[in-house]
Order: sequence, then C-alpha cells, then structure tokens
Amino acid sequence: MNWELIFGQIKWTSFVFAGAIENPSLSEFIASGAGSVAVLGALAAVILLTVKGWWVPLWRDWLTSVDHKKVGIMYIAIALVMFARAVIEAALMRAQQLAATDSGGFLSADHFGQLFSTHGTIMIFFVAMPFITGLMNYVMPLQIGARDVSFPLLNAISLMLTMAGAILIMVSLVVGQFSTGGWSAYPPFTGIEFSPGEGVDYWIWAVSLGSIGSTLTGLNFAVTIYKKRCPGMTLFRMPLFTWTTLCTSILMIFAMAPLTAATVMLALDRYAGFHFFTNGDGGNMMNYANLFWLFGHPEVYILILPAFGVWSEVVATFSSKRIYGYTSLVYATMCIAVLSFAVWLHHFFTMGQSANVNAIFGIATMIIGVPTGVKVYDWLLTMVGGRIRFTTPMLFHINFLLTFILGGMTGVLLANPGIDFQVHNTLFLIAHFHNMIIPGVLFGMFAAVQFWFPKAFGFRLHEGLGRASFWCFAPGFLLAFFPLYWLGLMGATRRTYMWSDPDYLPWLALAMAGAALILAGFALMVMQIVVSVRQREPLAAPLGDPWDGRALEWSIPSPPPDWNFAVLPEVTARDPFYEAKKAGTAYRSPAAYEDIEVPRNTATAPLIGLFACAWAFGLVWHIWWLAIVSFVLIWVVVIARSFATDTEEIIPAATVKAANEAFLAAVRSAPGVTRDREMTSENRGRAIPEGLEGRSGAVSSGAAVEVLS
Amino acid sequence: MSNRIPADLPAVDHDEEGRERRSYVIGLVLALVLTTGAFAVVWLDLLSGAAALGALGLLALVQAVVHLRFFLHIDLQRSHRDDLLLILFTVLILLIMVSGTIWILYDQHMRMMP
Amino acid sequence: MSLSERLHPGINLAGTDPESHEAAEEVLFGFWIFLMSDLVLFAVLFATYAAMSVQGIAEGPGPAQVFDLTAAFVETLLLLLSSFAFGFGMLAMKYRESRRAVLGWLLLTGGLGAAFVGMELHDYYVMITQHAAPPQASGFLSAYYLLTGTHALHVSSGLVWMAIMAVQVVVFGFTTPVKLRLMRLALFWHMLDVVWIGIFTFVYLFGVAS
Repeated sequence: MNWELIFGQIKWTSFVFAGAIENPSLSEFIASGAGSVAVLGALAAVILLTVKGWWVPLWRDWLTSVDHKKVGIMYIAIALVMFARAVIEAALMRAQQLAATDSGGFLSADHFGQLFSTHGTIMIFFVAMPFITGLMNYVMPLQIGARDVSFPLLNAISLMLTMAGAILIMVSLVVGQFSTGGWSAYPPFTGIEFSPGEGVDYWIWAVSLGSIGSTLTGLNFAVTIYKKRCPGMTLFRMPLFTWTTLCTSILMIFAMAPLTAATVMLALDRYAGFHFFTNGDGGNMMNYANLFWLFGHPEVYILILPAFGVWSEVVATFSSKRIYGYTSLVYATMCIAVLSFAVWLHHFFTMGQSANVNAIFGIATMIIGVPTGVKVYDWLLTMVGGRIRFTTPMLFHINFLLTFILGGMTGVLLANPGIDFQVHNTLFLIAHFHNMIIPGVLFGMFAAVQFWFPKAFGFRLHEGLGRASFWCFAPGFLLAFFPLYWLGLMGATRRTYMWSDPDYLPWLALAMAGAALILAGFALMVMQIVVSVRQREPLAAPLGDPWDGRALEWSIPSPPPDWNFAVLPEVTARDPFYEAKKAGTAYRSPAAYEDIEVPRNTATAPLIGLFACAWAFGLVWHIWWLAIVSFVLIWVVVIARSFATDTEEIIPAATVKAANEAFLAAVRSAPGVTRDREMTSENRGRAIPEGLEGRSGAVSSGAAVEVLS
Repeated sequence: MSNRIPADLPAVDHDEEGRERRSYVIGLVLALVLTTGAFAVVWLDLLSGAAALGALGLLALVQAVVHLRFFLHIDLQRSHRDDLLLILFTVLILLIMVSGTIWILYDQHMRMMP
Repeated sequence: MSLSERLHPGINLAGTDPESHEAAEEVLFGFWIFLMSDLVLFAVLFATYAAMSVQGIAEGPGPAQVFDLTAAFVETLLLLLSSFAFGFGMLAMKYRESRRAVLGWLLLTGGLGAAFVGMELHDYYVMITQHAAPPQASGFLSAYYLLTGTHALHVSSGLVWMAIMAVQVVVFGFTTPVKLRLMRLALFWHMLDVVWIGIFTFVYLFGVAS
C-alpha cells in the first residue's frame, strides 16, 4: 500500500504533539501547547454550537449570508481571533529575547523563527486586512446610502477565501511547521534548497488565498462606490471614510497582482524546479524583493488609509464639528494612493543598486510624508473650537496624533538611504513600523469598533472598560516599542533569538513590560465586550444615533434592517444626516414604500471556501488527489451557481413600511439626549444636535440617572 | 449614477448594425496590417538594432490602441466615463511598475558585472 | 444609438435591449476592473521576463535559438481572427438574438482559440524535445513559460467559459444574465488578444531581433 498517494507527505511525526514526545523540551511543549489550544478551541466551539443548538442559525443566518453587514462582522471576528494568537506570539518572542542573553532561552531557534513568521503574516494578512475589510464592508454601503455592495455573493466569496487562508495558518499549528522565513519570505532562504519542508508552502498558499480575496474585495468596493451611491451623493459629498475606502480599494486592485506573481513564482521554484529566485541557473532573488515590495508598499497604505478615514469620522463626531479641510483631506488621500506605488525600493535600499536609484526613491519616500502631514493638521484644526468629548475613540485618536507623528519622523529618517544603511534590519526598523501600524491601524480599528459597535448591535460598549483598555494599550505600546528604537541604534538586529550583549537587558525588560500591558489591554477589551453584552439593556441605543452622528449610517435603526434603507435617501450636502437634524427634516416618513429585492442566502461561498482550504492543504502536503479534486469542485460550484436562476427574494413594501414606521414613531417619541449625557443610560440613540439643546426633545427630568462609565 | 441615461426607446436600426460591423472589419484590417508589418520587420531584416526595437514597440502600441478602439469600443470622446479614467490610471501604474522594475534590475545587474 | 448611451467598454445594448443595457453598467464596469487587475499581473510577468530574458540565460539557450517566429505569427493571426469572430457573434446576439448564429460564431471563435492553444503546446513540445529548453533550464526559460503559460491558461479558461456559455444560450436563451456573461467573455477575449500582441512583440520579435 502506497500511503504517500493518500496522505502525501504527512507522517505521524508531522503532528506537533509528536515533537513533544520524541524530543521533550520547553520549546516543544510550548509548540504542543499552542497546538492543543488550537485543537481544544475548535473542539470547544463545536461543543458550544452543539449544546446551544447554534449549528443551524450559524449556517442559515451567517455562513450562507451575503449581507454586507454580516460579512463585515464575520471579517472582524476572524481578525480578533487571529489577533489573539499573534499578540500572544509577540509576547512569547519578547520573553524569549529577555531570557536569551548568553543562553538559548526557552525556545529553539527554529521555533522562534516560526513565531516571527506567523506573527508577521497573521498580523498583516489575517488581522489588519480582515479588520479593515470588515469595517469597510459594514460601514461604506451605509454611508453612501446603498442596500448592499455591488456583488454581494462575490463579497461572501472573498470572506470565505480569507477564512480559508486563516484556517490554513491555524492548521499549521497542529500539522507540520510554519515557515521560518519571516512574513516577507525572501528567497533563496525560502527556496526548496534551504527550506525543504512544508513551512514555506503554508505561507505561500495562505497568503495567496488572502490576496485573491482582497483583490476581489477591492474590485467590489470600487464598483459599489462608483455605481451605487444614492441620489445626490456626488463624489465630493461622500464621507471621508468612504473616500479612504475608495482609495484603498483601488490600491487593492492594483497592488495584489505583484504579490500573486511573486508567490506563484516562488511556488514554481519550489514545486517544479523553476529558476526565478534560485542561486545560479539564471535565477535572481532580488527580483523577489522587488515584486514583493511592489505589493508591500501599497499594502502599507491599504492598511492605513481606512484608519485615516476612521480618524476623520471620529474626530468630527466627537468634536461636534464639521471636519476641517474636507477637500484637502480628499486630495491628500489621493496623493498618498498614487505615491504609494512609487516608493517600494526603500524597503531594499541596501540591495546594491546605484546611489542614483536610491536617491530617487528616497526623495519619493520623503514626499509621501507631506500629504500625511496635511491630514494631521486637518484633524488638529477640526478639534479647535469644537465640543470635544474624551470618549474612548477620541482618546485613541489623540494618542494616534501624538505617537504617529513620532513614527512618521523616524520614517523620514529611514527614507534617507545613508541612515537606512546604518539601521537596516535592526530593531529600529521594527520600532518604526510598529509605531505606524499599532497607533495608526490597530488603534484606529479599535476606535472604529467602539464607534460603530452600537450601530451594528444596538447597544453601546461599556465606556469605563473601554477607557481602561485604552490606558493599558497606549502606554503599553510606548513601553514595548520605544526601547526598540534605542536597541536598534545600539545594533540589535531583528529576528534574533539570542543575544550576547548585557547592555540590551534593561531595554528588553522594558519592552517585555510593555508587551504585558498590551496583553492586559487586550484582556480588558475582551472583558469590555463580554460585560457590554451582559449589560445590553441599560446600554441599548436602538434608535441608531448615539453619538450625534453626521453621515447616513446614523439615520437608520441599530442594528439596521436587512434592507438598510427603507427608501433610498436623497442627499443635498455633506454630512447629510447632521444637516437634516439641524434643519429638522430628519426622521420624516417617506411618501411611499416599494418592494425591495434582496439576494437570497446561498451555500456557494462557504463551499468555495471549504474547497479552497482543502485545495491549499493538498498542495502544502503534496496530497495531489485532494488538490485536484478540490480544485475541480471549486469550479463545479461556480458553474452550478451560474445555472441558478432563483437567486433573489422580494421583501414586500408592507413589511418595510411597518418596520420603518415603527422605528420612526419610536424615535419621534423618544426624548433626545444631549452630549453631556451621552454616556448614561438615557442615551437610547436619539441625539439632540449640538447647539439645539434648548429647542427640541426635552430631556426627561426627574428620571433616575444611572452613570455607567 | 451621473452617467445613467435612460434609454427608453429602442430603435433597432440596421445602419447601426452596419456601422458596428464596419468597426470590427476596420479593426481587423488594421490589426492584420500592423501585425504583418511587425513580422516583416524581423523576418525580412528591414531594420536592425535599436531602430528595429523602437519600430516594433511603436507598432505594438498602435495595435493595442486599435484593439481598444475597434474591438473594445473605447475612445477619448467619452471622457466622463469611469472606465476610460480607469484605463489611464492603470497605464500609469503599469508604467511605474514595469519601468521601475526594469530600471532597478538592470542597475543591479550592471553593478554585478565582474 | 448616441455616444452618451455607451455605459461600458465593448458592445453596448442601448439600441436593442434597454433593460439589459441598464443592468450591464455595473457588472461590466466590475469586470473591466478585474481585467485591469489582470493586466497588472501580466505587466509584472512582462517586467520579470524583460529582465530575465537578458540576465537569466545562464548555461541555457537564448531567445533567438529557441523561438519559432513563424509559429508565433500564425498564432497571432489565429487569436486575432477569433477575436474578430467573437465580435460578430456579439453583433448577432445584439441585433438578431439568433441562437443558431451566435452558436455558430462561438464555435468558430472557440475553434480558433483551441487551435491557438494547440499550436502553443506544440511549440512547448518542440522547445523541450528538440532544443533542450524546458522551464527548468534557466531563469529566462522559467520566465518565458510562466508568461506565455499564464496567457495560455487564460485562453483555455476562456474556452471552458465559452463552452458553458454555449450551453446556457441553448438552455436559457438570451436572458439578461446570459447576455451580460457573453459581454464579459467578449471583453476577456479581446483583452487576451491585446496581451498576446505584447507577447508577440516583446517576447518573440524582440527576442529574435536583438
């Protein structure tokens, strides 16, 4: 019996637990522990679903759904689960580096290599990307007054491909090893000669699945924004978050292709003996760096632009003021999007091209700092004279302004090739990009969760715990990463698993303390969500507008109905909902209702995701029958779907009318809440706009006031 | 949105069909001439060196435009159309990526010469 | 049909089927974006080839030794004619909605496309067996096979798509979804022709001329 035909290269020793039996050591026990957590976590999820009888709702209401709101929430759920893994890995690495002065520490070099590779890969492709994609999915159609994205099924397929990639990375905890080549997987180290195992293949296929999903997402969102805006919503009336979504989508459309090309070439080198990036035979590994960063640099802006959009929404709303310099923010976003394609070489200044090439890209890199600076001034000026409330999102925003500028300054330093030659590949670089991504992207997403959570679920998050988590995250970040600048200048290289210089120790200890604080912040955030779910009654804000919002998404109930807008809104200005509230035209009943056509749920997307995951697993382990069968099945599903004709269902006008009129009646009868009461249980989601407190919606007096924050 | 023009009155008109047919035929003839021309340059050794490469590149560019114009029906008059903007933006990105890659890789290659 | 009624690239249905025409705007714009993304993929492969065809020959044969220019020229003509045939198929769909005519044109297009793929496979066969030029021989050949192979894979998937559309034309007739799919396939097919012009010029002609 030829087992290899059936199981490919999987052997019993491929399972992570075999390592702990054959070679008992702390490093192996940690690996096995992580594997057990993955297995037990999956098992616990299965038991929970079975006990609660949630399998059917999970399948019927979520996995088969093509509703952009549910797709968005599922994206963010993936991001949070993957974040938990990657942040623990980061803490492990910090602990190892602290323990490993003049000794091996407690992790093997190989295990450490896997940790920084999965940490980077997960944080970029399976935390940051799903987080921004989920957020754009949820918010953008609501902001432009649309009922869904242009291609709802394609949207669900993107989600499932991303999920397939995430599952593949989780599987690598249990079966086999992950790559040790870092998140950028530079050959020739990741070539077959130096990394013969399955690790790099896990990286290749997980990343490829994610990147195909992102390309399709970008396409979908760009079409949505171009073609599905509600009447009157001209481009220059769009909220800034929608603008950044548009620019991000365009970046996704163009930037993912080079990554796909690079991973395909690497795969051909590894599987079929091609010579794209090999030593000798005409291979050129420098082209890999070139292709990877053709993708990699726009990717940085794919991540940060949506966060910029979030910051624009947050600062305007919590300052109760129209955003300062709307037009300049839009043009700054466009400039960043275009320039981001022209700076990729700064990731490999040291690769040996002539000084002229380096100089040009160095200058381009410095220029890209200018539009970002414009944005910072706009946000600052928005706050001037505003009615600022120091809510959790606003705290994150202020923290962002302070720390992001410092990170940006180090970026301008690194843009100088002469300086880059000194600190290239040191912890200085690590400090720089974490300084951009954590306060910028990650905290931006956290602020967005605090901001839009009440829209998605109908109740606010517990403000006190939110602030508590902020006060762990923000100093935790500073402690964890500012010492790395110093270490980098002292010469500490990145991705190093042991040291010999005792001078590093105090700084490493500080960084470790910061990592612990960040973990505490994450724990508080999880606790915040749990507590808020339990206290959802006093926190409820079903009337949809808890923060005195400005764009259209705040004009509808929370959570929004399946059809989003009972009647498509008509827009005559920027900040349409805010203007309507001020003019007293908000919450008016429409003249007439019409039937609404919505797409039916379908198993197409989850099936494609399942087969894509199986296909990738087959490729990783050289289980050819599985790869072939799954690949064929993917296309069978697609073709079968193209023969389906009954894909839409009608929601009758009467249903829509009943729901919408009930909502409008509730809003009209509700007493409004002023800004100084917005964190109390009086806030049911009807806001009295700033400056109109005396005129409408008398606050109920005498009611017991319960302060939750 | 802005460019959605109601087309309520379908007026099937055979001139229209003839005109569209002619467009394809013109496209085919031009493409054939250009392709054959490019082939002839190399096959008959009409030009050599940089001149040959320049001429071939130019012919390819013209032919790409012919295809876009006569087969894909894209032209400059409808500048409000999103797809024209998109293709121009794509060309910009393509130019940056391709010329950048070639520049970087050739520069590195030169410096590796013994 | 006035110019302003054109909503998207390729054949527009404004004059004959207003309902499908309106539905086409969003879908065809989306597909057009996909094609642009695909074009970037090809551009990256072209750039890689441009470097490797000069720098990556190593011990293997060079471009001028392995390319059969006549075959490439015939392949160009095949693809060009099939693009033209598809155009007439689209006109038959737009003005006649005749299944027989559309299926006939599709068959012709597909036949020419299949001949193209067949010839290309034959090229590969000759290169590997007679010139000892498989993709594993050098960086140049790796880049060559990936670039032309990606194009051939696109053409082949276009052929599969075409077969499926033929079935759908028979099963469903010219409903709006079927028309929109055919229109997208047409864009795809024409765009592959444009990419092939690039391959013919920058791979074959440049390879032999320089």
